[in-house]
Amino acid sequence: MSKRFLAAALLLSVSALPAFAAKTSLVVGMPIEPPGLDPTVAAPVAIREVTWVNLYEGLVRIDRSGKVQPLLAKSWEISPDGLTYTFRLQEGVKFHDGTSFDSADVKFAFDRARDPKSTNAQKQIFAPIASIETPDAATVVIKLKETSGNFLYYLGWGDAVIVAPETAENNKANPVGTGPFKFKSWTRGDKVELVKNPDYWQKDKVKLESVTFRFISDAQAQVAALRSGDVDAFPTISAPELFAEFQKDSRFKAVAGNTEGETVAGLNSAKKPFDDVRVRRALMHAVDRKALIEGAYSGFGQPIGSFFSPNHPAFVDMTNVIPYDPAKAKALLTEAGYGNGLSITIKTPQMAYASRSAELLSAMFAEVGVDMKIIPTEFPAKWIEEVFKAKDYDVTIVSHTEPLDIEIFARDNYYFNYKNDKFKALIAEAGKTTDEKARFAKYAEAQKILAEDVPALFLFQLPKLGVWNAKLQGLWENSPIPSNDVTEVSWTD
Amino acid sequence: MTKRSSIRLNAALVIGGILTALLIATALLSLVWTPEVPTRVRVAMRLKAPLEAGLLGTDHFGRDVLSLLMVGAWNSLAIAWPAVLLGAAIGTAIGTAAAAWKGIADEIAMRVSDVVFAFPAVLSAIMIGALVGSGPFSAILAIAVFNVPVFARVTRGVALQIWTLDYIAAARAIGKHPLRITWEDVLPNIAGALIVQVTIQLALAILTEAGLSYLGLGVRPPNPSWGRMLSDAQTYLSQAPHLAIAPGIAIALSVLGLNLLGDGLRDALDPTLKGRGASA
Repeated sequence: MSKRFLAAALLLSVSALPAFAAKTSLVVGMPIEPPGLDPTVAAPVAIREVTWVNLYEGLVRIDRSGKVQPLLAKSWEISPDGLTYTFRLQEGVKFHDGTSFDSADVKFAFDRARDPKSTNAQKQIFAPIASIETPDAATVVIKLKETSGNFLYYLGWGDAVIVAPETAENNKANPVGTGPFKFKSWTRGDKVELVKNPDYWQKDKVKLESVTFRFISDAQAQVAALRSGDVDAFPTISAPELFAEFQKDSRFKAVAGNTEGETVAGLNSAKKPFDDVRVRRALMHAVDRKALIEGAYSGFGQPIGSFFSPNHPAFVDMTNVIPYDPAKAKALLTEAGYGNGLSITIKTPQMAYASRSAELLSAMFAEVGVDMKIIPTEFPAKWIEEVFKAKDYDVTIVSHTEPLDIEIFARDNYYFNYKNDKFKALIAEAGKTTDEKARFAKYAEAQKILAEDVPALFLFQLPKLGVWNAKLQGLWENSPIPSNDVTEVSWTD
Repeated sequence: MTKRSSIRLNAALVIGGILTALLIATALLSLVWTPEVPTRVRVAMRLKAPLEAGLLGTDHFGRDVLSLLMVGAWNSLAIAWPAVLLGAAIGTAIGTAAAAWKGIADEIAMRVSDVVFAFPAVLSAIMIGALVGSGPFSAILAIAVFNVPVFARVTRGVALQIWTLDYIAAARAIGKHPLRITWEDVLPNIAGALIVQVTIQLALAILTEAGLSYLGLGVRPPNPSWGRMLSDAQTYLSQAPHLAIAPGIAIALSVLGLNLLGDGLRDALDPTLKGRGASA
């Protein structure tokens, strides 16, 4: 009798095994380790890739298709003049340290970010704010000085997440937010571990018990870690030439999506000969974008002719404005007085896409009589120092990964040294325009100006080559905002 | 006494000599002729296997691997030679001076060598690169610096032996200046040992140059270098193994050739081994 019971129990447990065996832990691989874990005080993308909507939440969020969705604000109203935003907050939300979230935290977080001493990397988000009022614990009223077409969208970024006054100072090393996962530990040079937040306000959505972010910079090691199962997912793998193998392997899902990263070769417009638009156009004519993408990124990545992400609805394809045309390039150079040749240098960060692109550009320029020497530099420290701050360069190359960052060409003193008052005015207007159609039309015009003016050589959109275990679901295929949102990730068995 | 005693051929000398001659000939040939323009990018023909396009295939930019290897040989020698000669000149000067004056000068020279010796070439290259900017010049400097103590020790060792010989004592007795003794009597007698050392150090310098270029501290792209070819080939290993094998074999053969040549020359030139060789 008892034997039969045992056998039955055994049978039951065996048949039930798959249900119990579904994994609840996830290891995500990342090529670069974040320098800290507070996205409100520094720019690096890696910070957002660990923390955004996993640890911290904002009033709103960007979803996987790039749209704004409610998060800590369950709803909002915008006054007809577009200057007053009234947010109704979720109630019963707690920070990881047990303190409760209310309107005072929102005011604190935004005041902290827009403080003159703050090192927030995207101050333009907060620039239009005139005042923040908190009529009650669940309501925040934000008054703007001027209309801001992208205000809500910006509030979805990692730079605008809500932090608590009690813990904000230590968020760099010991992050405390309201998100679905809590910080557990950080082994420098190796991994950051997060565990499920048992008090999360929408905890039914979350399937994973723990998430580990592991930092592996070497492309071969990334592949080895995926193959051996040490890492379950690499949302962006570093070596496109190794990606193709995963596409053939049924144990993995390999997805080529789009990022917000426009890869551009910045030209120092303040320096001869780049102050002459004919020279800039000539160099653009000399670039065969398709060949470049083939050689530098194994053919993944979309050619771009201006500085706008194809993920964005206002994107216009500008690759035909200055197409590949070496004869035209030579003619323009002759016209500008460089018919007998031109000697320039390019400062190249160590990332494979950058150094390979530089080599290819150098070969393409040689065809039109431009000799470009390659000077390797180290990203980020040396590059930031020499190129970004001191502007001591002719040509450089880097991918700009922030979403909707066309406004960098309107900034004074940005490393391109590009000055165009018409463009500046246009971007300022676009920012203030609340009507979507009108705003997108302005962005289209701005894209056209850049395409014709060539303050940088517009090359290609960096693809997001993601590889993960075929049994995983819920990971993002594109990245309309730098992130590794694991809230909805789960194992299928 | 037969003619054989002046320079005696041995297997190491012959094989090493052939390999080294091949290396130098290839490097020189690359100056006037390569099958393709080595820097010419042909994206449509990328990652072709050997014989499919050119003798050794094409790399990830569609450049001809054989042409890259040939120019790489020149670049490799163009860094290794000046570096070793510079290191040898300074090192020999220090070594002979230490042997001539001995005492405190000798002590200082040798202890400083010890310190320099403690830094691997790659480390000093990174240091020099940080000071003057990385590139072929700092690679030459780094390899030279690392060669100085090697030559200082070797020359001091042999020179000290020479200084104990009777004809040196005689030269000193007639009041000949130590500098003149060094130049006229010591150096000619240690030349054999130096030549052997130069050959062996050259092999090491080629290897170090490849290592530095692998790390991005040597020859600048797009100028080809064996070390960088290896580092570029890394991620293509499963798709196009020839990209790694070709420069790998080139480095291995060059280093082997120079080492064998060095060994062979030592057997042929070293007077202390002469007797043994003749009786064998």
